[in-house]
Amino acid sequence: MKKTNLYNYILELADNCLIAGQRLGELCGHGPSLETDIACTNISLDLFGQTRSYFQYAADIKGEDATEDSIAFLRFEREYKNVLLVEQPNRDFAYTLARQYLFDVYHLLLLEKLQFSQDLTLSAIAKKSIKEVSYHVRFTGDWIKRLGDGTEESHAKMQEAIDGLWTYTNELFEVTEEAKTLAEEGIAVDVSTLKKTYYEKVTALLTEATLTIPESKYFQKGGKAGIHTEHMGYLLADMQYMQRAYPNMKW
Amino acid sequence: MIATNQHIDENLIPILEKVSDPEIPVLSIMDMGVVRSAILVNGIVEVSITPTYSGCPAMDVIGDDIAKALKENGYESKVKLILVPAWTTDWITERGREALRKYGIAPPLNPDADKDALLGDKRIVKCTNCNSTNTKLVSQFGSTACKALFKCEDCLEPFDYFKCLK
Repeated sequence: MKKTNLYNYILELADNCLIAGQRLGELCGHGPSLETDIACTNISLDLFGQTRSYFQYAADIKGEDATEDSIAFLRFEREYKNVLLVEQPNRDFAYTLARQYLFDVYHLLLLEKLQFSQDLTLSAIAKKSIKEVSYHVRFTGDWIKRLGDGTEESHAKMQEAIDGLWTYTNELFEVTEEAKTLAEEGIAVDVSTLKKTYYEKVTALLTEATLTIPESKYFQKGGKAGIHTEHMGYLLADMQYMQRAYPNMKW
Repeated sequence: MIATNQHIDENLIPILEKVSDPEIPVLSIMDMGVVRSAILVNGIVEVSITPTYSGCPAMDVIGDDIAKALKENGYESKVKLILVPAWTTDWITERGREALRKYGIAPPLNPDADKDALLGDKRIVKCTNCNSTNTKLVSQFGSTACKALFKCEDCLEPFDYFKCLK
């Protein structure tokens, strides 16, 4: 096993948690109600906790001066490997919840496989995260149903969110070179195997929520290779501001 | 319930029992079940703690508090965070559950009942104020990651419920 492969694979896992968590964290104090505000930030906190576990491991592997903070805050846009889905902005509450739900379903399927990784640290992080992520998907799934099968307006907004985000779902199942090699060694998950179950689960829930499954066959990708949408730069500017303005500052 | 493979030197227990969860001060970290081992090796106490939730911000403070408490009792220590086996609410002791209840946090139910309470709209979580089970889920998430928010429909008291994690 090559060390750089493992390092890159950990970033692939962790960056999704980091960026999804950052987007939800933006709602802190801005949620549509106190309860949903707290829910989104709690989910964000779980994701940041998972990110820390991954980055601490990545920093060990990288050695040199790498720390969880330098990996989180001091990379350039092209070095982040998160999927395009999680960096999409919070347009409205339906959009935020749809984005998180479309990620949560994938995230849980991934972790259920990753817990059997031959890499004991990745397996440990997965086992811990499963407990948290199963609660996330319940929360976001409930809201998809509530808004989809709600009023005329909430239905329209949720449908618009699903239509807008659908194009980013397929990238979740792209297998990178690193992941492919590591999957053969029993360390990484071959995410292409999750695709069928993912779309079955999502289709079932959207149907229950009286929503229409988008028919578009065109899918966006690039995030895993570091090629992001125009929203990513703004997100990083916000997230990295303190470390860039005051290098090495500590909490 | 004390989980298997928990190794704590007996003379360290009274010291560790005095360290409390910074977010739930009435609860000792021992009753919380987050201390997995504490063993004296070559004059240094090696302590392993495990987080309740991955993002639990209390863990850093708990680590510092343990080191401080041990130091006051003449021990040098090394505290490390472990993820395996993952923490479960089963590790909260009976005394811990009682402390939670008195503090106004309903202790976790068993997994099936927990599911009914959080997802099935069943009224089974006991109000910490009046013991009524005529209680209603207000929010699946509460003031910290480990809790959900409930309301008693008899005495109108809002209270936290410690979610079952297994």
